[in-house]
Amino acid sequence: MKSLSRLLAIIRKEVRQLRRDRLTFGMIVGIPVIQMLLFGYAINTDVRNLRTAIADQANTHLSRQFVAELRETQVVDIIEFVDTPAALDKRLRLGEISIGVVIPHDFDRRVLDPERPAVQLLVDGSDPTISSVAIQLRNMPIAFDTGTSAPRNHNIEIRPNYNPERRTPVNVIPGLMGIILTLTMMMFTAVAIVRERERGNLELLINTPVSSAELMIGKVIPYIVIGMIQLALILVVGDLLFQVPMRGSVLDLYLASGAFIAANLALGLVISTIAKTQFQAMQMTIFMLMPSILLSGFVFPFAGMPRFAQLLGEILPVTHFIRLTRGIMLREAGLMELYPELVALGLFTLVAMTAAAVRFTKRLD
Amino acid sequence: MINDYAIEASGLSKHFGDLKAVSKLDLKVPRGKIYGFLGPNGSGKSTTIRMLCGLLTPTEGTANVLGTAIPGSARELKPRIGYMTQKFSLFGDMTVVENLQFIAEIYSVPKKDRRTRIDELLGKYDLVGQRRQLAGTMSGGQKQRLALACAVLHHPELLLLDEPTSAVDPQSRRDFWANLFRLAEGGTTIMVSTHYMDEAERCHRLAILDRGIKVADGTPQELQASTGMHIVEVTADDPYQAQEALDCDEHIRSVTQLGMRLRVLIPEQFSQPVGLVQQHLDEHGVTADVRLTTASLEDVFVSVTMSPEERAA
Ligand SMILES: Nc1ncnc2c1ncn2[C@@H]1O[C@H](COP(=O)(O)OP(=O)(O)O)[C@@H](O)[C@H]1O
Ligand SMILES: [Mg+2]
Repeated sequence: MKSLSRLLAIIRKEVRQLRRDRLTFGMIVGIPVIQMLLFGYAINTDVRNLRTAIADQANTHLSRQFVAELRETQVVDIIEFVDTPAALDKRLRLGEISIGVVIPHDFDRRVLDPERPAVQLLVDGSDPTISSVAIQLRNMPIAFDTGTSAPRNHNIEIRPNYNPERRTPVNVIPGLMGIILTLTMMMFTAVAIVRERERGNLELLINTPVSSAELMIGKVIPYIVIGMIQLALILVVGDLLFQVPMRGSVLDLYLASGAFIAANLALGLVISTIAKTQFQAMQMTIFMLMPSILLSGFVFPFAGMPRFAQLLGEILPVTHFIRLTRGIMLREAGLMELYPELVALGLFTLVAMTAAAVRFTKRLD
Repeated sequence: MINDYAIEASGLSKHFGDLKAVSKLDLKVPRGKIYGFLGPNGSGKSTTIRMLCGLLTPTEGTANVLGTAIPGSARELKPRIGYMTQKFSLFGDMTVVENLQFIAEIYSVPKKDRRTRIDELLGKYDLVGQRRQLAGTMSGGQKQRLALACAVLHHPELLLLDEPTSAVDPQSRRDFWANLFRLAEGGTTIMVSTHYMDEAERCHRLAILDRGIKVADGTPQELQASTGMHIVEVTADDPYQAQEALDCDEHIRSVTQLGMRLRVLIPEQFSQPVGLVQQHLDEHGVTADVRLTTASLEDVFVSVTMSPEERAA
């Protein structure tokens, strides 16, 4: 009973201080929104409408069909037809176009010949995104400049799903949710506790009847609520700006997020028991954030990572959370179908909490 | 268990690596008294207080605080002691009343009593006008009164105050001590650390700490009576010249200047202290009034913090 009222006292105090801390308050709203805008718009390799000119020297039925199908992909925006490859070169140099397509006189014959490329693509190599698109175009079932893979069929077929690993906002935002929550939850808790130590508040608090558990739980609960608010914010912005679908159940998503937030708060507590200053706490948060971004499957496909990186990734809570959110939001999976990820998050929380409790003694030495 | 002492420590030591912050400290703090802890910065006052309230684990030695053994679980001790940290440790971004309310909740003061208790403290510690002010924006004296109000809110039996007056003006210090006497009269045991002589003089008993070692303890009167030194006061027109004249004699342990006066410490074994001083002054042609006087606490402090070589020479 007394314990509960002490816990409530800590929570009340924490909320009161948070309300007055404009910067933190701003970050609660600002970090998710700004990160969403940055990542949502910037991490977008779904390139469309590249300015393209074509030198169709064949001008046959087949070549015109090829051009039509190329146009249908929407990857290229054909703005001009020119006569010679030299004209394409010039426009590329001037930056008027990003891609030039040369269709040689003997296009119809080349298509049948596995030894020779049927079409030549001239690409503005200074932009890596455009180069990567060109490589994807090359992988279409027609042999372009390298000619390494010969066409097996005569029909020129251009597949519209040219980018099987599409990273549209739809795919980015469920992962981004995990990154944003990792950053804010870990940082807020770690800093909140370290700040109290720096200011000397902790020396006063640990000389009162407050127990370590009351202190830790009381500090963490307000941040769970904040995490849930951030989650709502991300979902609303994701829906309004990027039309990110929510195919599964919102309740499932919130339950999954609860488990994930708990894991991050526990990690924040561990950091707070190690860091001596707020600056150190921030550094350690960033240190944990980097692998969360790189090894979680957020940026690079998990399956393509080396074994060791995968193992590290499996330890990170955000890896499991991204699987959960992609599953629930995009594939309409139920929470129970994804239970191994929940178990992983639970285990992580348990271990981190234990470590924090062991390290967080009511002493100064 | 009825015990005459609120705190009994024996052989209490705390080492930080090679540094012996506190060495083999024996203490007996009687109940209901103000016990002073006098020492310069870094002499181990804060470290000792932290050990006594269970914040630091002693490297060696034991203590008994209000019947609770240290080292050990200090949990049942917490509601019975009030601790005022050296650095202001309340919440600067909360108002005076919010801070008091928080402390009241933490100490489980019954809800119905909270308001009256807080109002009583605001009145007693002259904080009525600041009740809605953020604690961080208050003056040193106001912060100190708030810290004391928070430390005594739950009626602790033992108050541990770590240099409570180091950041306040002289008037606030006098008022603060008036409050301490009132608390002691009410039966609270108070242990207060300080580096001010005038404050030490007000304590019922005190211990003098030097580089982690207790070099003297007793009532201020006892300490003043047992310095083992003659105190010779020299009033000269030119105290600098007088000081120079006295610096050369190895019988003279210490010469301290206080304005126009010098306080000269000479071991008790020496039978003619005034004559000795007068002789040196005459030799240097310094005219001065020389007379024997009684030891102040400052003299006690100077004499007990001398190194053994200085003392014996
Ligand atoms: N946590 C600590 N780690 C290392 N050294 C410490 C620590 N706390 C205090 N000290 C050292 O112990 C000595 C005594 O410090 P302290 O008890 O704060 O002195 P006082 O309160 O009398 O000024 C000082 O030299 C100080 O630097
Ligand atoms: Mg100190």
